[in-house]
Amino acid sequence: MAGLAVLVFVVTICLLAPVYASHIAHVNPFTSNVQGTTTIHGKVVAVLQTNTLGIGVTPIGPTWDLSHYFLGADNQGRDVFARLLYGGRTSLLIGSLSALICVVVASLLGVIAGYFGGVVDWILSRIFDIVWAFPIYLLAISLSVVLLTSGLNLGPIHIGPGSMMLPILIIAMVFVPYVARPLRGIVLSLREREFIQAAIGSGASDARIILKEILPNVTPSIIVFFPLMVAFNMLTESALSFLSIGVQPPNASWGTIINDGLGLLYTRPWVAMAPGIMIVITAGSLNILGDGARDAFDPKAKLRGSI
Amino acid sequence: MKVLLATLTAAAGALVSATASVAANSSNTAFSYQKAHAGGTLKLLASTAGGTLDPQVNYTLQYWQLYQATYDGLVTFRKVSGAHSFDIVPDLATAMPKVSNGGKTYTFTLRKGIKFSNGAPVTVKDVQASMQRLFKVSNPNAGTWYNSIVGSAACLKTPATCTLSGGVVVNAATNTVTFNLVAPDPEFLDQLAVPFGAVLPANAPAKDAGTTPIPGTGAYAFSKYDPNRQLTMVRNKYFKVWSAAAQPQGYPNEIDMVFGSTVESEVTAVVNGQGDWVFDPLPSDRLSELSTKYASQLHVNPLTAVWYLPMNTNLAPFNNVLAREAVNYAIDKNAAVKLFGGTQLAQPVCTILPPGFPGHQNFCAFQKGTGSKYVGPDLAKAKALVAKSGTKGMAVGIVVTNDTVNMAVGQYVQSVLNSIGYKATLKPLSANIQFNYIQNTKNKVQISLTQWYQDYPAASDFLKVLLSCSGFHPGSDNSINIAGFCNKAIDAKMAQAEKLSITNPPAANVLWGQVDKQIMTTQAPWVPLFTPKQIDFISSRVGNYQFSRQFYMYVDQLWLK
Repeated sequence: MAGLAVLVFVVTICLLAPVYASHIAHVNPFTSNVQGTTTIHGKVVAVLQTNTLGIGVTPIGPTWDLSHYFLGADNQGRDVFARLLYGGRTSLLIGSLSALICVVVASLLGVIAGYFGGVVDWILSRIFDIVWAFPIYLLAISLSVVLLTSGLNLGPIHIGPGSMMLPILIIAMVFVPYVARPLRGIVLSLREREFIQAAIGSGASDARIILKEILPNVTPSIIVFFPLMVAFNMLTESALSFLSIGVQPPNASWGTIINDGLGLLYTRPWVAMAPGIMIVITAGSLNILGDGARDAFDPKAKLRGSI
Repeated sequence: MKVLLATLTAAAGALVSATASVAANSSNTAFSYQKAHAGGTLKLLASTAGGTLDPQVNYTLQYWQLYQATYDGLVTFRKVSGAHSFDIVPDLATAMPKVSNGGKTYTFTLRKGIKFSNGAPVTVKDVQASMQRLFKVSNPNAGTWYNSIVGSAACLKTPATCTLSGGVVVNAATNTVTFNLVAPDPEFLDQLAVPFGAVLPANAPAKDAGTTPIPGTGAYAFSKYDPNRQLTMVRNKYFKVWSAAAQPQGYPNEIDMVFGSTVESEVTAVVNGQGDWVFDPLPSDRLSELSTKYASQLHVNPLTAVWYLPMNTNLAPFNNVLAREAVNYAIDKNAAVKLFGGTQLAQPVCTILPPGFPGHQNFCAFQKGTGSKYVGPDLAKAKALVAKSGTKGMAVGIVVTNDTVNMAVGQYVQSVLNSIGYKATLKPLSANIQFNYIQNTKNKVQISLTQWYQDYPAASDFLKVLLSCSGFHPGSDNSINIAGFCNKAIDAKMAQAEKLSITNPPAANVLWGQVDKQIMTTQAPWVPLFTPKQIDFISSRVGNYQFSRQFYMYVDQLWLK
């Protein structure tokens, strides 16, 4: 419950990002504000300040005033707190959507491989092996580098180079084998169970057996996987965005904000620390939630060890 | 010259005065050697190696700085600090060449008694072979600089059999080398004075030497090169000073350039005395600390360089001059300066030729107001021009390198383009590939952020190289006219200026200034942003900092206290 509560809190404040940006801070977190000013303690100050010796420019630090750069500014003069909230929306959206796509595709492939066996299983399993053979981040980085330059063109499907769908699809695809293989194992085991054999013996079609007999039995495992995959995918998104090959500017995600803060570590550490803390809190709560879901839906499962 | 690892520069009150004092001391007097300071190992730090070690192929400032102490040509830029470092002086030649035949023939007499670092004497045959080698190794500027030599056309066609027949004639008896040109070239000596003009042994490989050092005649010789670890220079045991203005004696016994650290680590190493100089741009979040705690170790100098946004004049939306003018009006150069590090580190510019450069004329076409000094952007005018051009709503990709400073400026440009009605996306690429990527028309780059640092002090090195039809090669990675700007009338005016510079350089510079103004005010193919300054951060144990406006800090003149 604690995990769920924290997650709900994080999601709620992130959803309120537009309210904060336009009604409290009165900033646009997606446009540069290099020459902008703000008011601190009644004094108008530059958001990006040249130091007293005239060398180097430093963004203003945290004011701890919600209406004026609560967490300070980044190197473009943008409100870090507003971007943190928007970044949370992006990271959670990418994490959730990619987890959903990943789990749906992996479930489909895992069930097909496990149920039909034979050549179908062999082909799908080898594909899983090939994808699995690549280190996740190496594969994700390679795909990102290629697709972020030219976009994705698959027949009628066209996704532009800057689209958020690219990191979503890339992250979803690289994790498919990690979900599909355990599910395949479960289905292989179920396939030999008496009730499945009885259904086959009674002449039920494959589609009916899969939908009515197999899926209901693997659904608890899928539910357990989902929050864990959200956490994994969110971390992967942050890593890719940190490397500038995930979410593209001016959009924000927690990974891009950490990247923005990298050059400010000595002077404005909060720019990098704040999103880092949010990632830890969110990923931690999702893992706790995943554990809870496992205990509730699949107490005998050993799924966590397989990821 | 494109500097792949451009330098973030900085200044402070104390630093500015330090620099000013250097400028004030500028003279044409050669460095006087103080033997008491000789010795020790100088440790230079760079995050990555600079590529091939071949002086006739490498085109990076990183190694051009080192080549000053390792190689010599017939002539060179004077080894002094300040403005006189742009002067050309004889180096391996006994004197400046005798120019005849209406400026088409240059005759040099080679000094006697000079030896390469392998002990072999330098002969006129080596000079001839070195010039031929420029074509054999496909020197980056063989076709644009050295194509004025008679016989170069055949060499460009079939480099392997290059003889430059009739172009480079040597006489061993008189120890003379005669260059015959197809037409007078006012920049021929400049082109011989850069490292491409280095005289190498005649038996140097007729291909890019890569990581294998080629013997030279300088005070130092490269002894080891591992691009993943270190480049080592040791004293050339055959070196004797023949002209301190051309090749002075160096101080350290050994100079190492160590690769592989992050720039943060490099700065920390220099602070702790574990390194002596940081090659890479200093991290912005360390500037305050460095300028306050280590001001005496920072040296700031103005550069003749420009950061700019070339717009593809052959691709929508920037094939429309109104769209190009709109971007010029919209970009706040002061904001770009701020993102670069502040007003002490860079100066906003409206011209192609940097301030202080031959031919520079002070004007500012696109801004709020009408003065010649840049004040600020005019967003309203920019939006109106975008609407008038009919390009509103078009998608625009901005290609930048993925380092901190370039990304910051790129994000700002993206934000501005979005604000005036475009749908801008940022495409960050590794510095290793971005410069060639933005040159190739196949990549359909609409606008990019790049830099140009002078090769030598001549207006044509900016205007002709970067904005003439001869610099535009569709489909090639080496199409340095990134804007794809080709205007026959302006080309003709450039040719006129070039011709005039042979007989009347001041008048030619006036003409070059007019070309600059005409290009910017009527065609606006670029948004010139700012001219940067160079900052060098050296360790506390290092002394005798000397700066050349041509090749920057003299590494061999640093002494270890």
